[in-house]
Amino acid sequence: MNNTFFEILRPGINTTIQDNGRNYMYHEGIAVSGAIDQRNFKFANKLVNNHLNEAVIEFAYQGPLLRLKNNKINFSITGDVIFKINRKNLKVENGICYKNYILEEDDQLDIISTKNTAYGYLSVNGGFEIEKIWNSYSINTKANIGPNKGKKYSIEDKIFIKSLNLQKIKEIKLDYSVSSDNIIRVIKGTNFDYFSSKAQNQFFNQNFSVTKLADRMGIRLSGCKLENIVRTNIKSEGIVKGVIQVPADGNPIIMLSDHGTIGGYPKIGVVISADLDRVGQLIPGSTINFKEVSLEEAQNIFKAYTEDTNKYLNECN
Amino acid sequence: MIINISNLGDAAAYCDFGSEVNEIINSNVIDYFNHLSELIKNEKIKGITNLTPSYNKLIVSFNLNVTNYKETKNLLENIIIQKNIKKNNKKIKIPVCCEKEYGLDFERLNTKLSISKDEILKLFFNKEYFCYMTGFIAGMPFLGDINEKIRCDRLETPRVKVPKGSVGITEQFANIYTFESPGGWNIIGNTPLKVFDEMNLAEPTLIKPGNKISFYQISKEEYLNWNE
Repeated sequence: MNNTFFEILRPGINTTIQDNGRNYMYHEGIAVSGAIDQRNFKFANKLVNNHLNEAVIEFAYQGPLLRLKNNKINFSITGDVIFKINRKNLKVENGICYKNYILEEDDQLDIISTKNTAYGYLSVNGGFEIEKIWNSYSINTKANIGPNKGKKYSIEDKIFIKSLNLQKIKEIKLDYSVSSDNIIRVIKGTNFDYFSSKAQNQFFNQNFSVTKLADRMGIRLSGCKLENIVRTNIKSEGIVKGVIQVPADGNPIIMLSDHGTIGGYPKIGVVISADLDRVGQLIPGSTINFKEVSLEEAQNIFKAYTEDTNKYLNECN
Repeated sequence: MIINISNLGDAAAYCDFGSEVNEIINSNVIDYFNHLSELIKNEKIKGITNLTPSYNKLIVSFNLNVTNYKETKNLLENIIIQKNIKKNNKKIKIPVCCEKEYGLDFERLNTKLSISKDEILKLFFNKEYFCYMTGFIAGMPFLGDINEKIRCDRLETPRVKVPKGSVGITEQFANIYTFESPGGWNIIGNTPLKVFDEMNLAEPTLIKPGNKISFYQISKEEYLNWNE
């Protein structure tokens, strides 16, 4: 058996394995999970010549400190991330995102932190020696599903790396930077008319700030309290990523990848698919504005987003 | 059966089966869900990524790279449902220990409903329940309807951590916390039974929509020595 692995010297705040998520499980109460920022997840894989849906390590804010054992590998980091490579010979290199590197046996990779976004991605050529559960590698820490018994990584854990073929990899660099645009486009939700016309107006015209209650399940916002004039609870029903719920206190909550599959608060809006990566990357303290778009506009924006993603992916060839 | 279909964002269809919560409407949702699941399993339809049935709604998520709302709506409107294609009225019995350390809210229920613990338990155990849906957290069943005399609002301040296995009631419903989780239901006991088993890949969830559930009381000794 292959024995190449990362030894975790510092786990970081929330270090997990993710891919593009786990489908057909909502009806069992299991969220899709998957990488919060799907574009950066794909870029990470492309930069090390992987299949685009290969498992990657996702980290939040402070990332892990890893020591490579028993072989050399090719890796890449995507996102807005500060990291260092501490070579075995004591040389320290400052890392650059969107580029691939060779890490030698006993080198350390120190992912210090993300900068203006929440999540970053570490990919390794060949992927990790882990098993899919319900057709996905994603770790769901809420239901303890996925590799590492469904838990985030802790100190002294090992993450095994699949056998690889280093000769194949050429040096690739991608000229990309994470957008810091603060306009989030939404389609009106199924309970939009539960809110007073004042609240509807405020929703699309006032600033909201991201509170500290932000994780892979969702982001709680604060700003003006949105006034509900019908009912502050609905009969519990399904939720999807991007849904914006407003509980009785009037503060919106945006649902992300690990959300509860069912919810009982009115839905004022839904973030369009093309803006989900950006929403997930928001950090506490940042300010956002919601902008209304129609379904048709949302579909066109998604098409442009996909073309843009593909353009960058093709640049890696 | 579906009264109205609308879009929930740009990647999901929201199917409304009615505003009431009752077994008839819910059975319609489940029939539709089972039928669509079969079609997806047999690769008869493309692009659908998730189905979320609830009391009276069904959300159909799709992959925007493969299909879109208009196509999905069209598909949903033209499906002919065979009623009760896959009857799932399996009966399941759930053991519950209601001793003080597991039944956390009898005092509250006592104050709110002016009814003794013994009376609550008699009414609760003396009925078979219907599973409306599964979700929120993995495998959590939403069961109903409980006796009108024991219906009570959620806690004013929800618990940060409800213990795993807790059996809760609120309004017309009962549920089981399959994981430790935040929650505001009135807790009347705890089951040692594994209601969600992530190691059982073929069938992780014990209780599914349409199943009939009854509870029976066990002693603390039986609870502690429970062996599945």
